[in-house]
Amino acid sequence: MSFLDVLYFIIPAAIFYAAPLIFVAIGGVFSERSGVINIGLEGLMVMGAFIGILFNLMFVDTFGAMTPWVSLIAAMLVSGLFSVMHAVASISFRADQTISGVAINMLGVAIALFSVKMIYGKGQTDYIQERFIRFDIPFLSDLPVIGPMLFKDVYGTSILAIGIAVMAWFVIYKTPFGLRLRAVGEHPMAADTMGVNVTKMRYIAVILSGALAGLGGAVYSQSISGEFSHTTINGQGFMALAAMIFGKWHPLGALGAALFFGFAQALSIIGGQIPYVKEVPTYFLHILPYALTILAVAGFIGRAYAPRASGIPYIKGKR
Amino acid sequence: MTKRKFGLGLSLVLAAGTILGACGSKDEETTTPKDSEGTGSEGTTEAVDFSLAMVTDVGGVDDKSFNQSAWEGIEAFGKENGLEKGDGGYDYLQSTSDADYITNINNLVRRDFDVVYGIGFLMEEPIKTIAAQQKDAQLAIIDSIVDAPNVASVMFKEQEGSFLAGVAAALMSESKQIGFVGGMEIPVIERFEAGFLEGVKAVDPSIKVDVQYTGKFDDAALGKTTANRMYSSGVDIIFHAAGGTGNGVFAEAKERKTKDANANVWVIGVDSDQYEEGAVGDTNVTLTSMLKKVGTAVQNIAKDAMAGNFPGGTTVTYGLAEEGVGLADSRGAIPQDVLDQIDEFTKKIADGEIVVPETVE
Repeated sequence: MSFLDVLYFIIPAAIFYAAPLIFVAIGGVFSERSGVINIGLEGLMVMGAFIGILFNLMFVDTFGAMTPWVSLIAAMLVSGLFSVMHAVASISFRADQTISGVAINMLGVAIALFSVKMIYGKGQTDYIQERFIRFDIPFLSDLPVIGPMLFKDVYGTSILAIGIAVMAWFVIYKTPFGLRLRAVGEHPMAADTMGVNVTKMRYIAVILSGALAGLGGAVYSQSISGEFSHTTINGQGFMALAAMIFGKWHPLGALGAALFFGFAQALSIIGGQIPYVKEVPTYFLHILPYALTILAVAGFIGRAYAPRASGIPYIKGKR
Repeated sequence: MTKRKFGLGLSLVLAAGTILGACGSKDEETTTPKDSEGTGSEGTTEAVDFSLAMVTDVGGVDDKSFNQSAWEGIEAFGKENGLEKGDGGYDYLQSTSDADYITNINNLVRRDFDVVYGIGFLMEEPIKTIAAQQKDAQLAIIDSIVDAPNVASVMFKEQEGSFLAGVAAALMSESKQIGFVGGMEIPVIERFEAGFLEGVKAVDPSIKVDVQYTGKFDDAALGKTTANRMYSSGVDIIFHAAGGTGNGVFAEAKERKTKDANANVWVIGVDSDQYEEGAVGDTNVTLTSMLKKVGTAVQNIAKDAMAGNFPGGTTVTYGLAEEGVGLADSRGAIPQDVLDQIDEFTKKIADGEIVVPETVE
């Protein structure tokens, strides 16, 4: 396999693998930027994956080829609603945010699997008929080198993921809303003094993160697994959490980190085809994504600072 | 302060809800089938005094694979003999993690089931432990050998079934490039690989088989990317032995078929008939499936045990000769002349004319 062939494989594969993670990691960025730790991303993602498949199976006759996209909206709504639980516990009632997040994780899987059992009478759903499929972008895919690398066989959802990352960067860094969001996460009391409604901002952020995590879950289930079972979402939420930290709580950083994970994963798959690398025993290739991540986090990105008020409930009038 | 306490309370309620949710689903499992059986079992023969139960691995009883096959075997046996689901009849316990195996097996032994099955090679150590502790229990294990007087071991010659899959793939491949996607590199999966490679070689030694292990059984994304790489490099038929990771192989093949209806991509399923998984509109990407008839093995042990000669301490191996492995109905995907050649090989293997190796040389 020539070097170019390897690139033609690795880059699309990395983007494909990263897309669901990007949505979820950006959801995490919103929540943590407002000062609420959201370890419940995994559970919210499970919800999204489940609702995506359920909606797709139920309404495929109504919406036809558009079903996967409509399902995304449904998944976002339900996961957003589901995350309200986390918001109420951790913002209004000042519960420990980690515990509440863990509860969301457990509850998400439990509710989803219980519902599957109730509705279908078995441990997993049927296969969906309408799924996200790849397409070639006209003209651009004919470009030499870049064409097959970036514009051939792309998923609409991958484009959406990159679009949302850029949008999130714009919202967080270039709008008054974003400034308030960051202020609430760094120094809620100062923000409160300036007339920002801390509770409201945090609610919005947590619900946004729920919606984005649901979106990520639905993208995963509708583009990769095609059904929902207990192994559909199996740690991807935590990978996204890692991508968020790796990306230093920055939307574009999270995008880069997710792409990096995807890259490492793709490399582990194609490793056996690359000269020299194929001499390496396969288990080393299997641990590659994780080893590269540890190396990157430990050595190359420098210290990551979490938003200062992250994890601390805001109590009005308390110093 | 009170607000904070209330918050803690709320967290606790959330956590409790989770646990209760888990309970709820379990009740559900045991009640629904009973309702449906109430009507079905009326006309059956008089119940015999025999009970059997199984412990699933993390796949669950409807994993479309060997757990499901085993459970269907138990259910069929139960219905045949007029047994009811529950204590004194037939039942199963589902494991949600590796830590559940010992507890689940012990639980079933204490509920006085006559035979308790551990399904899957992951159950080896747990069965060994319980066999030593509960000397009167009759245990059985699938896919592994436990050397104890009260354990019946069942092994399958996956290599023989996979050999046929290899023959089918080699005869059907147009590009003369074939792929194999494995889960973890464990002995069972290596038998699949060895048999498959051997089968391909028997037809055409010049065909290149692209073998890749993903290292995981439950990562569809990994399977999909691996399949993408193989199909892109010219492979047209992939045989997967990778459980949930194999889902991704199907996803990739289906996607290629959706994009281009003339795409020549096929998947060979594993363990049970995976025809349904390969459906794309009116067409299908499943060429055939390599069947492992765990249900038959489970029933045979039950029959022996009921007759009073439980095959404890022995190992029964199911191959093509015993019809424990084989290929599923291809539903027209494989033409008759190829099927005839497959039958020929089947006969040769069953007669011992061809001996399929268990490991890759």
